Amino acid sequence: MKKIAFPVALILAFAGLPLLIKSNYLLGILIIIGLYAIIVIGLGILMGYAGQVSFGHAAFFGIGGYTVAVLTTACHWPSIAALIAALILPGLVAAIIGGPTLKLKELYLALATLAFGILVHILFNELKGITGGPSGLTGIPYFTVGGLVFDRDIRFYYLVWSAVLLVSLGVNNLIHSRVGRAMRAVRESEHASESVGIDTAALKLQAFVFSAVLAGLAGGLYAFYVTFISPSPFGFHTSVQFVLMAVVGGLGTFWGPLLGAGLVVALGEALRWATPLVIPGAGGEYQIIFFGAILMLVMIVKPGGLGAVMDLFKKSEEGEAH
Amino acid sequence: MLLEIKSLTKHFGGVAAVKDVSFTVGEGEIFALIGPNGAGKTTVFNMITGMLAPDAGAMVFMGKPLAGVKPHRIAAMGLTRTFQNLQLFGKMSALENVMAGAHLKGKTGFLKSLVRWPGSTAENNRIERHSLQLLEEVGLRDQAGMYASALPFGQQRLLEIARSMASNPRLVLLDEPAAGLNSAETKALAEYLKRLRGRGKSMVLVEHDMETVMEVADRIMVLNFGESICEGTPEMIRADPLVIKAYLGEDEQIA
Amino acid sequence: MDLSSQLLQLLFSGLTLGSIYSLIALALVATYNITGVLNLAQGEFVALGALLAASIYAAGLPLAAAFLVSVALIAALGALIERSVIYPARESSALTLIIITVGLSISLRGLALLVWGTEPVSLPAFSSGGPLLLGGAFVNPQTLWILGMAAATTSGLYIFFELTYTGKAVRACVINRTAALLIGINPGTISLLAFAGSGAIGAAAGIFITPVTLATYDMGFMLGVKGFVAAAIGGMHNIRGAVLGGFILGILEVYSAGLISSGLKDAVALIVLLAALMLRPEGLLAISGRKV
Repeated sequence: MKKIAFPVALILAFAGLPLLIKSNYLLGILIIIGLYAIIVIGLGILMGYAGQVSFGHAAFFGIGGYTVAVLTTACHWPSIAALIAALILPGLVAAIIGGPTLKLKELYLALATLAFGILVHILFNELKGITGGPSGLTGIPYFTVGGLVFDRDIRFYYLVWSAVLLVSLGVNNLIHSRVGRAMRAVRESEHASESVGIDTAALKLQAFVFSAVLAGLAGGLYAFYVTFISPSPFGFHTSVQFVLMAVVGGLGTFWGPLLGAGLVVALGEALRWATPLVIPGAGGEYQIIFFGAILMLVMIVKPGGLGAVMDLFKKSEEGEAH
Repeated sequence: MLLEIKSLTKHFGGVAAVKDVSFTVGEGEIFALIGPNGAGKTTVFNMITGMLAPDAGAMVFMGKPLAGVKPHRIAAMGLTRTFQNLQLFGKMSALENVMAGAHLKGKTGFLKSLVRWPGSTAENNRIERHSLQLLEEVGLRDQAGMYASALPFGQQRLLEIARSMASNPRLVLLDEPAAGLNSAETKALAEYLKRLRGRGKSMVLVEHDMETVMEVADRIMVLNFGESICEGTPEMIRADPLVIKAYLGEDEQIA
Repeated sequence: MDLSSQLLQLLFSGLTLGSIYSLIALALVATYNITGVLNLAQGEFVALGALLAASIYAAGLPLAAAFLVSVALIAALGALIERSVIYPARESSALTLIIITVGLSISLRGLALLVWGTEPVSLPAFSSGGPLLLGGAFVNPQTLWILGMAAATTSGLYIFFELTYTGKAVRACVINRTAALLIGINPGTISLLAFAGSGAIGAAAGIFITPVTLATYDMGFMLGVKGFVAAAIGGMHNIRGAVLGGFILGILEVYSAGLISSGLKDAVALIVLLAALMLRPEGLLAISGRKV
């Protein structure tokens, strides 16, 4: 009972939050945190369990977004079909990139995703016929399913956080399943995992594809939320921000992604407000100094991240279970 | 024959680590590889399990060649191993270690795991019961919930053996299973290995503890500087003057 | 101008770009093989070296002095970075280290933005005088400076690795860390040396190209990526391959720039990198040979 009390309380708190928050600005931030959390959950599995990193997840996020944008505006697909396509396309692309590079021992996936991320960002800008170039695409309809139109922030808040909940539940199932056990085994010893019949390369590929699918989901929802799309949110810095969120929150922890996404978004907002006070005329680009410094600091000082602290509570409960 | 090794050879930077080694292992047999440190025993294991590519020679398991087959596929063919330098999943419980060892006994894939597909829980429970039984057999039932890294060294050895048995392999390669065990644990281990043989399991054993080797092995091969210098029953090995000179005598001195 | 001299003209441009890519790739591959760190911040050394030299020159120092001071300072920065961020994490996984260098990269870029702003800065050409006519093509004298510097650096490193005791020690360290320790070589010192050297090489490359391309705070990012492309063409473990890869990429870029839109020019390098990593991770050239 104790085990589920905390999550249930948290779900209720999230459900009740919009009743307290009347500011659309804050609600918007919470929606963005939710979207990022979905991406970071996937990235956390890739980093925490497969021991690989992606510096191109903003591209999968973007591919999801553009898939929805193009399919709903140019092709007039129903929104649910467009969203499903936004899951499938990034997953396919990830399978193509990850297949060959994940078979290798070295961190070639990091380089490949770095190159892929920049390439996709260039293509978003240059393939004007499809993406609308730097000015992007407008007129994406609201997400509609069975007559329910998600046309207001509060509705979208519930949509996004329901997705976060579903993804979290799925990942929780995964970690405690046969596949999750194998993933944790791979993290502990690749040699031993292979020796008991675990296909480590396939497992890493599944983790990578899954993380890309989640980024695509977030991208698709993002497009429905802001209803227009342009290349700027999908550059290299966004990819690094996702990595930052994953490590700040803590890899291989359940609460890490939520914490990481929340903290980094909050920090970004705070810096956007505070930086001009210190450096007159400074724009948001200065926050990358802080993000870079924090990223280094966390990796050097506390590679477990903050989620490791949160999991201490969980550990004591698990201790009773055994 | 379950396993046939023919003229296996491996060089490391010009030095022959394993030279023209041939042996066979039959059903329900315990075959021991002995020899001084650096004789190439672990290198033989690494080649059989696909972790190292041999320079020359043939390896056939249950009629199928092993060359070029990925390690996890070799495990799926029914051939598993333990490691001399212990490769446990440290931050997983003893039970989870064995359950991960039983990976091949399950079928639930990525998508079914995400949605906790009906049947996956039953499968998990089945694997858990099977794993608990294996822990029972090696005397670690009470340690099931402990982190593998928190167990004493001797128990870690036993846990690795239990893990290597979890997928019901036909043949297990045991790399110094008695190293670090006290004499009571060593005796229990020997009994366990004989019990496993009684159930039709085959084993290749690399071991320095001569008493255990002489007690459990059906046949023994002595390696020295990567070459086989003698092969036969424990009685034959004991009587061979070459072996006494190259290995047993030296071992006495070391001990 | 006829076709052949036009092609020659492009070849000179390609070699100029290629020299810079080669130097960056060389520093990347050397650092990777010596320390195991894939330094994604290598390009920032190039940018900082160029920006710093421009400021020193603007402050009134002669060009040669600006070059030397900037190279020395960036080498010191490389050493400082090695001690402050890489060394404390040396026991960490490759995953941790690569993330650290990404953090480093964006921090350095942010700092450059803070100090130099977004406006490009420039340096004068190293020698005065108009373009030279060479085989029907006009060659900017700065091109010769760049080619000369690349040749000098590459052969200097060759002599260092092949003929000097320290150079041999570094190679011993690459082959076997324990062996290096046994013969009294401290891998920590070698790692420090690698980062200082990468800083110096990066800064020199940045300063030499600035009279041609100008310098901006964010120039290092794509240059670093191009360095990786060159290194991947050579296979990440081969310095000679990396140098050759740099020239191949430079020439490829220049010739393809005419065929496709300039906005997609960078895409060529990225596609080459993806292809190299996915199809031939041992290197598109797959030159057999020693690591260093």
